[in-house]
Amino acid sequence: MLRYVVRRLMWAVPILVGISLISFLMIHMAPGGPISVGTDLNPKATAETRARLEAYYGLDQPIHVQYWRWLSRMARLDFGASFSPDGRPVAEKIRERIPITLTINVLSMGLIFLVAIPLGVYSAVRKGSLFDRISTVTVFTGFSIPTFWLALLLMILFGVKLRWLPISGIASLDYGSLGAMGKLADRARHLLLPVLLAGFTGLAGMSRYMRSNMLEVIRQDYIASARAKGLPERKVVFRHAMRNAVLPVITILGLSVPDLLGGSVIFETIFSIPGMGQLFYQGVMSRDYPLIMGILTIGAFLTLIGNLLADVGYALADPRIRPE
Amino acid sequence: MNRPLRRALSQSIVMLLLLAACSGGKPESAGKAAAVPDVPAYGDAVVEGSIGDISGFLSAVTSDAASHEAAGYVFNGLVRYDKDLKLEGVLARSWEVSPDGKKITFHLRRDVKWQDGAPFTSSDVMFTFQRMIDPKTPTAYGDAFKQVKRASAPDPFTFVAEYARPFAPALESWGMDILPKHLLEKYPDISKSPLNKKPVGTGPYRFVEWKTGEKVVFDANPDYFEGKPYIARVITRIIPDQATMFLELLSGGVDTMDLTPPQFARQTDTAEFGKSFNKYKYTAAAFTYLGFRLSHPFFKDKRVRQAIAYAADKKALVDGVLLGLGQEATGPYKPGTWAYNPNVRKYPHDPLHAKALLAEAGWKEKDGVLVKDGRPFEFTVLTNAGNEARAKTAAILQQNLAEVGIRMQIRTVEWAAFINQFIDKRDFEAVILGWTISPDPDQYVIWHSSMTGPKELNFVGFANSEVDKLLEDGRSTFDLEKRKKAYFRIQEILAEEQPYVFLYVPDALPVVQNRIHGIRPAVAGITYNFIKWYVPKALQKYRLEP
Repeated sequence: MLRYVVRRLMWAVPILVGISLISFLMIHMAPGGPISVGTDLNPKATAETRARLEAYYGLDQPIHVQYWRWLSRMARLDFGASFSPDGRPVAEKIRERIPITLTINVLSMGLIFLVAIPLGVYSAVRKGSLFDRISTVTVFTGFSIPTFWLALLLMILFGVKLRWLPISGIASLDYGSLGAMGKLADRARHLLLPVLLAGFTGLAGMSRYMRSNMLEVIRQDYIASARAKGLPERKVVFRHAMRNAVLPVITILGLSVPDLLGGSVIFETIFSIPGMGQLFYQGVMSRDYPLIMGILTIGAFLTLIGNLLADVGYALADPRIRPE
Repeated sequence: MNRPLRRALSQSIVMLLLLAACSGGKPESAGKAAAVPDVPAYGDAVVEGSIGDISGFLSAVTSDAASHEAAGYVFNGLVRYDKDLKLEGVLARSWEVSPDGKKITFHLRRDVKWQDGAPFTSSDVMFTFQRMIDPKTPTAYGDAFKQVKRASAPDPFTFVAEYARPFAPALESWGMDILPKHLLEKYPDISKSPLNKKPVGTGPYRFVEWKTGEKVVFDANPDYFEGKPYIARVITRIIPDQATMFLELLSGGVDTMDLTPPQFARQTDTAEFGKSFNKYKYTAAAFTYLGFRLSHPFFKDKRVRQAIAYAADKKALVDGVLLGLGQEATGPYKPGTWAYNPNVRKYPHDPLHAKALLAEAGWKEKDGVLVKDGRPFEFTVLTNAGNEARAKTAAILQQNLAEVGIRMQIRTVEWAAFINQFIDKRDFEAVILGWTISPDPDQYVIWHSSMTGPKELNFVGFANSEVDKLLEDGRSTFDLEKRKKAYFRIQEILAEEQPYVFLYVPDALPVVQNRIHGIRPAVAGITYNFIKWYVPKALQKYRLEP
């Protein structure tokens, strides 16, 4: 097992380099560049200004030189400085966005698991019942509804009409002067709508997955024999069926690891949440190469780790697929 | 605080039309404030909404409007545009231009202190100048300063800039924020200095905090040389979505923002809204146009361009795209400013006249489409994706042109691709775009026949020797009357030649919570006198610790 993990980790290095190379080439191929924002259609910028800025950012070098510079910095875990005018280190820009993104994602994922698993199980057990049909319609409504539209409706209701909740942002203007409890309450009020909404719109996938797993399991012979033994239905469902149906969820958990740090642009924009999604979007729009590469590299790394965790976790839980 | 100038500086957003700089108007709804004594009082905070986060406070190295506006609270230039968009002194008490126009001498104010207490002197101006021309400074605004042949600071309150030849737009360039030498000289690259994140300037507000992606806070500078601002605190909240920002406005989360035409005309058209807000409406410093590649066989002929101008229903565009909140454009200058010539050839909507001109140019109608030499009159207009106003403009023009037998296809392209693949490579037939109009009328880079090289801005390929001469004359004299004559004539020629069909000038539509008083709309908009805005004591909303 340990050898398997070590081998996988060693493989991750060339894969990461490959991903970074492809990403690097892709973003350099995209039209425009880091200096476009300031100089395109700018009557005050001449060819000389452009040349000077290109040299400043090292964009006048051949692309393989630029990549090599980036890679050798990266090897020392140095993400470099952003090409945005503030010139701040990319690592710092990412670090300040992580807490809020992580909080929202952990909360909404927790909410999804908490609601979706029982929902899926119950729908499967009572397949075709009124409950099953209502929950199916509800979760698919959440899945299909445009997030930004529902968000605006909820903002109008709770923010403008009822005035119960703040509309956007992550803190009130007087946040700094609040006590610890006050701060917590204030943050909770700001995060309530985004988390509920993210949960509602993300419910469909997980609950459907759970339902179909459960339906699969419930048809198995061992469930029939459990029933035949005369076990009460509750025990059959929770002890025998559900434990097996939950197994594949481990895979989903593992694959969700990169999502923990990935933010949704639409979601963060509508709620004015300064998270990773907005950071990445702004980076792409302004062709901030070091920032884009930094976020992509972290994403690739987390994906590889997540895959590994999923495989290991699954192997631990299910003796049948343990690697030799 | 000098928005028009900041707009002029942040030309990178030239085509986004997210403008607030404006001209003469009055509050739309005179809010019925309670009977409180309306006397200026210190205190309270104003919360502004901003679509974009700022990217730094040193405007020399930033190029977005949000950053330039934030810098405007903390820094001053030597000059700025006043409420009528004329240059006035700020850090410069006065200035004179030598008779040959090659030397500008600035006399600096003696009562100015940096916010850390150090005195402001001509060495700061010299330092700023040196950094603007330093290759280690990543600025897009260095060119105007490179024209300076010799700069000198003969005494602590005099600064002299000498040019090789007279260059009128040079004066405007001294509106650049002046940087504190004593805090910055040890940083070879000012963009990497702490001041880019925590600025110290001479301006009306002091920097308090910047929470990335969330807000920027400023407090009034009690020692500001033009008087302590009444509003004690300014908070710029970053709210990237226009609809969310509007809901924040309704719920009291922000006090002022710029409205879209639908928000202005429809969503705020209630008595309830009028009770709490004042809406303002001004001519924005921008115009939208249909531009042709003039070397294209269809558009070479002036009569064809004029015919398209007659075919375009500009009133329908103003009504349909801007909901009436704007006006028809006649040229590249802002109506109401000194350089604007109102008496140029106009092109009222007249499809018959358009058809006659096209027939004269050899186009014959066949099955509803014009044909010449066996080729149907069909072309594609490009515009940038995500700009709703331009998409609507294209749709209306498409219909207008169909009426006279011209088939126009519409293609929208992502901004960076649009500029790099199509505009820069001159690979287009026609485009719908816009320009912001800088307060200085020098448009040499847009119309001069020498500016057609790669990445240069005369991308339509306009070449007219009289215009070339006038552009050269206009920028090489400081005499306003002479300049006015040159730019008036340029507008006549452009109206006749129609290298662009000038379509419309939108209105800027700011809204302000009505507890805030002292707003005096002018040609320059509303924010030029921000330090005189106030909230009467009884109406103050935010209590701030002194």
